[in-house]
Amino acid sequence: MNSWSNIKTITKRELGGYFSSPVAYVFIVIFLLLAGFFTFMAGGFFERGEASLTSFFTWHPWLYLFLVPAVGMRLWSEERRLGTIELLLTMPITTWQAILGKFLASWLFLILALVLTFPVIITVNYLGHPDNGVIFCAYVGSLLMAGAYLAISCMTSALTRNQVVSFIISVVICLFLILCGFPPVTNLLLRLEKPRLVEAVASFSVMTHFEGFQRGVLDSRDIIFFLSIIGFSLFTTGVIIRSNRA
Amino acid sequence: MIRVENLSKSFGPKLAVNKISFQVERGEVLGCLGPNGAGKSTTMRMITGFIPPSEGKVSVGGFDIVEKPIDAKRLIGYLPENAPSYADMTVSGFLHFTAEIRGLRGDAKKRAVNRVVEMCFLEGVLHQSVETLSKGYRHRTCFAQSIIHDPEVLILDEPTDGLDPNQKHEVRTLIRRMGEKKAIIFSTHILEEVEAVCSRAIIIDRGQIVANGTPQELKARSDISGAVTVRVANMEAAIVVQKLSQLPLARKVLTVKELSNKAWVRVLPKSETINGELARSISEIAKRENWQLEELHTEEGRLDEVFRNITMPDTEVKK
Repeated sequence: MNSWSNIKTITKRELGGYFSSPVAYVFIVIFLLLAGFFTFMAGGFFERGEASLTSFFTWHPWLYLFLVPAVGMRLWSEERRLGTIELLLTMPITTWQAILGKFLASWLFLILALVLTFPVIITVNYLGHPDNGVIFCAYVGSLLMAGAYLAISCMTSALTRNQVVSFIISVVICLFLILCGFPPVTNLLLRLEKPRLVEAVASFSVMTHFEGFQRGVLDSRDIIFFLSIIGFSLFTTGVIIRSNRA
Repeated sequence: MIRVENLSKSFGPKLAVNKISFQVERGEVLGCLGPNGAGKSTTMRMITGFIPPSEGKVSVGGFDIVEKPIDAKRLIGYLPENAPSYADMTVSGFLHFTAEIRGLRGDAKKRAVNRVVEMCFLEGVLHQSVETLSKGYRHRTCFAQSIIHDPEVLILDEPTDGLDPNQKHEVRTLIRRMGEKKAIIFSTHILEEVEAVCSRAIIIDRGQIVANGTPQELKARSDISGAVTVRVANMEAAIVVQKLSQLPLARKVLTVKELSNKAWVRVLPKSETINGELARSISEIAKRENWQLEELHTEEGRLDEVFRNITMPDTEVKK
C-alpha cells in the first residue's frame, strides 16, 4: 500500500512536470494535427467510403515512432543531467517505484493525448454506423503499443544524460520493431523460403500484433506481447540505473 | 547513529575511498575536510545509499544501508553537492513533493513545509519556479528539502557553497542548532566553518582519513600553536629577537615583519612548555627592558596550516 502511494507521488510530480513546460501542449497539438492529417489526407478517410477508423489506426505505429520517444526521452536523462537522480534515489523509495511512477506518468500523458482524438469517433459515428467495439479494441491496442514504445524510450533514456542520444536510440529500436513485420521486409524474407524464419521475425513486430486489435480481436498473445515488451524494458531500465550507480 | 566501517569504493582501477571508519553520535556535528577529489562526496554518497560500497559497511540508526535501505534512508536528510532540484517546479511544489515522498500527508505535510520555509527564509520565492532562482535560493531550497522530515541524521555536502556571507552565517547557525539533537556530517572547504560549527572534524586525503579530532586538537598540531607573538614600538626587531632568544623556554625566535618603527616578533616554545608560561616570561622581559609593548598574544594554531601540512606532505616546508 505504501509503495503504491510512493508511485503515485512520483507519477503526480512527473505529470506536473509535463504540464508546467510547453512540452505537453506542443506535443498534444502536433500529435492531433498529424493524426488528423494522416487519417483524412494520407489515409483517405472519405475516399474509402466505409464507416471505420482503419485509416486512423493504420498510421499509429509510424506516428508513435517519433512522438513517443520525444515524450520518453527526458524521463531519466533529465534526472541525470540535473543531478536530481541523487535526490530521488536517496529518498526512502525503491528504484522500481521510481521507474514505475515515471513510466505511468508518461503513459497517462499519452493516454490523454489519445483521448483527445475523440472527434474522429464522433465524426465516423455521425457519418455512418461503424462497429464501435472494433474501434474500442483498436484504441486498447494503440495504448498498449504506445506503452511498449514508451518503455523502450524509458530504457534508452536511462542510458545517457543526453536527451538527443536517448531519442535517436529509441527511434532506431522502435523502427526495428516496426520493420520486422512490415510487408516489404517480410516479403524480402519470404524469398529465402524459410517460412519459420519469417514467422519468427514477424512475431517480434508491433505491426503484426497491432493488426489483431485493429480488426477488433483481443488476442491474449498480442496483449502479452506488448506487456512483455513493457516489462522487459522497465526491468532493463532498473538494471541500467543500478549499474550507473556502481 | 552513523557507523562507517572499513568503507572502500573503487571506480575501475581507481580507489576513491580506502577503508574509512568513523562514527557519529546524536548531538555531534562532524566536519569532513579534504582537498578536491579526496573522496568526501563519494563517502557521503555511500552513506546515503546512492552508490553501493565496494567493501565495508555503513549503518544508520542501526539499519544497514545495503540490506535495509528504505529504513535507513527514512532517517537521513541529504543535501547533495551542487544542491540539485527539479528546475521546472515551483519551490512550494518541490517541497510538497519531497514531503509527500517522505510519507507526510495532509496537515503534517503542510506544517512541515511551513516550518522549513520559515527556517530557510523561502517565503518570498515560494511560487517561483526553481530555474528562475538565484544560486543562494536554489541552495536553500534543496537544504529545506533535506530537513523537511526533521531527520535524525543529516548529510550535507558543501552546504554553504555559493552562499553570500550572511547566508553562510545563517546556515552555520542552523547546522549548529540542529546539531544539538541530530547526528550531522557535513563537508566543506572553508576551514573557519569547521571551527564555528563542528564538534569533531576528520581530514580525508586520497581516500583515507589522515586526521580525526576536535577542531582544537587539530589546531594544536599546527607548528605555530602555542607560539607567542609580540609587537614592540620604537625598537629594532634584531634587538628584540636577541633579547628574547635568551629565554630558556624559547625554541626559536623569528622576525615576522618590521614596519615604521614597529617590530613583530614570534617566539616558538619548546615542546614541554605549559601554555601561558612563555607569554608571562616575555612580558617580564618587556617590563625589564622598558619596551613599548603594543601587543602580546599566544597563537592557537591555524587550521589551514594543519590542513596544508597534512594533505600536502611532499611540498611541506620544514621549519
